[in-house]
Amino acid sequence: MRIVVCVKQVPGTSDAKIDPETKRIIREGIKSVMNPFDLYAIEAAVQLRERFGGEVIALSMGPERASAVIREAMAIGADRGALLSDRAFGGSDTWATSYALARAVDTIDTMSKASGGVDLVICGKQAVDGDTAQVGPGIAAHLGYSQAAYVEAVREVKQDSITVQRMNEDGYDVCEIAFPAVITVVKGLNQPRVPTLRGVLAARAADVPIWKPADIGAALDKIGLDASPTRVVKTAPPEPRGGETARVEGTPAESAARLVQLLKARELI
Amino acid sequence: MRITDIDKSLFTNVWIIAETIGGRVHPVTYELIGAARGLADARSSKVAAVVIGGEADASLFAYGADLAIVVNAPEFSGFNDELECAALNYLIEKHKPEIVLCAATARGRALIPRVAVQTVSGLTADCTGLAIDPETGDLLQTRPAFGGNIMATIRTSNHRPQMATVRPNVMKALPPDPGRSGEVIRETLLGGAVKNAKRVIETVRGGEAQINLGEARVIVSGGRAMKGPEGFNMLKRLADKLGGAVGASRAAVDAGWIAYPHQVGQTGQTVQTALYIACGISGQIQHLVGMQSCGCIVAIDKNPDTPMMRLADIAVTGDVFEIVPAMTEALQ
Ligand SMILES: Cc1cc2nc3c(=O)[nH]c(=O)nc-3n(C[C@H](O)[C@H](O)[C@H](O)COP(=O)(O)OP(=O)(O)OC[C@H]3O[C@@H](n4cnc5c(N)ncnc54)[C@H](O)[C@@H]3O)c2cc1C
Ligand SMILES: Cc1cc2nc3c(=O)[nH]c(=O)nc-3n(C[C@H](O)[C@H](O)[C@H](O)COP(=O)(O)OP(=O)(O)OC[C@H]3O[C@@H](n4cnc5c(N)ncnc54)[C@H](O)[C@@H]3O)c2cc1C
Repeated sequence: MRIVVCVKQVPGTSDAKIDPETKRIIREGIKSVMNPFDLYAIEAAVQLRERFGGEVIALSMGPERASAVIREAMAIGADRGALLSDRAFGGSDTWATSYALARAVDTIDTMSKASGGVDLVICGKQAVDGDTAQVGPGIAAHLGYSQAAYVEAVREVKQDSITVQRMNEDGYDVCEIAFPAVITVVKGLNQPRVPTLRGVLAARAADVPIWKPADIGAALDKIGLDASPTRVVKTAPPEPRGGETARVEGTPAESAARLVQLLKARELI
Repeated sequence: MRITDIDKSLFTNVWIIAETIGGRVHPVTYELIGAARGLADARSSKVAAVVIGGEADASLFAYGADLAIVVNAPEFSGFNDELECAALNYLIEKHKPEIVLCAATARGRALIPRVAVQTVSGLTADCTGLAIDPETGDLLQTRPAFGGNIMATIRTSNHRPQMATVRPNVMKALPPDPGRSGEVIRETLLGGAVKNAKRVIETVRGGEAQINLGEARVIVSGGRAMKGPEGFNMLKRLADKLGGAVGASRAAVDAGWIAYPHQVGQTGQTVQTALYIACGISGQIQHLVGMQSCGCIVAIDKNPDTPMMRLADIAVTGDVFEIVPAMTEALQ
């Protein structure tokens, strides 16, 4: 089985600040980490490889320092990785990001056709910064692969398909999708392993190739800011939560009565 | 489609993708119609509800839709993203809507990015505000990112249709008018089988997974203070009284007192309920990013000075094991 895992580097805290002058998100001085959901994606891939053999490839798009998340993925079991990094990718929205990642998956598939190509792409359910959850299904759409989002369990793997349990607001469903496929995974799926010292050292020494648009056959008019249908035209801090905090104190019965009264006044109950 | 290749004015009307839950119209559908109505009125165009794998319920018109576009066939009975996407691609190509709104539910968030990519449309996630430029039809889409710490305004000026998702409970449904009716357009898919469509084997409702955090109007959430599963039973009784759902901090989930689908926060669910009652949750940033966009936040804590107590609209100082039963009682 050949599995590509998409991992994104994100700010280590969601406590993002906006520069009051430039109105841009301040990224300086903020530690970068792997998107927490992507850890479950790697673990899922590594477990599948342990059962069925094959190879796990970590893929990321971002600035050169994003190679850190590829190494992190390798430290917990990915066999190799690649980073898409070039100014031309900058400013990509989810349409253009998923196009670039899809081109890279297709390139890996072509290069490995002799040994079966790519079977599965695994993404996290969403990235904690952009927060759209659109990139996974987007990759599937560009490649014409089948897809399953919000996967909470892998039920069965066959030669040419995978059966997964997808969670939704109403319960769950079980579906079988043919390879090649894209799945996006939620936290409950597994317990990511901690890296071993040996893994960390090996990952540090590993070569992480940097791929430019030409390396993956990406059309320049389909990547980057200009190719992105959506455009962030303004960012601002959220409106402050209106008003003062109403303080409620007293005996439990008094407090409860007062609370109910306040909620009724707001037509909440 | 990119506008350099086509004429913007070919695209008219506001579509919403109707969602069903347990065979009934999901309430978020009416909220989408409510939002679409305002946009369509500003453009003197129509609101169409797209129903895939079902029939047009009269309530769609009562809540403000002018048309229903229906695609119904047995293969749409389960949630088959690839098939539904193919159907929407076809309908969009044929009818050319200016705007498409979809619910930011597990289904909507899986389906609509696939459609947006294949129709070369811009898609803005989880919008909390939708305004329209009445001249150009450009949407001004406001959405939280970075866990609600930033509000971004997004435009999709050069592509049509413009697509956006909206979470349940964010937009307001209009008061229904049972006398309103509308036109039903039936479509049959041409072009045969969709490559790579999935096989939905079973669909299971309810059980542990039925938590509806994203859809609840009220969440009663518990933290480390709950001490064990019994504490969460106490919260469940209050939640049932309020018609709400039970949430939890990661500390409570990690302790094994309640299952992960209930977790709110950075590595759990992001919720935007009308009312959020935090019981013994201190309010670390990873929890706050999952709930700080809720309408009204109530905090109950022994310590009056936690981040949650300072953030809250209503802060009750006291022991959760006394306040919560007293409140449940006060609601009798
Ligand atoms: C404030 C703000 C708001 C935005 N709003 C929108 C919007 O509404 N619509 C839109 O189209 N774009 C939007 N963008 C742009 C979007 O954030 C970027 O395109 C981003 O590269 C991918 O989206 P995401 O972070 O939402 O990822 P998600 O779709 O949430 O990520 C899901 C999964 O896809 C994979 N993945 C995502 N990005 C990468 C990557 N770079 N490398 C490897 N794997 C990856 C990971 O497995 C990840 O877990 C916004 C950007 C900002 C700063
Ligand atoms: C990468 C990462 C991701 C994370 N993701 C999440 C996430 O998604 N969601 C999340 O919740 N956390 C998350 N966390 C954990 C988060 O940092 C906090 O540890 C967690 O939210 C604390 O939970 P708590 O508020 O229940 O516990 P505590 O911080 O221990 O707070 C307990 C509160 O209960 C009060 N209390 C105790 N007894 C009583 C009583 N009898 N009556 C009234 N009040 C009482 C105390 O005064 C205190 O304020 C994450 C952390 C990391 C590092």
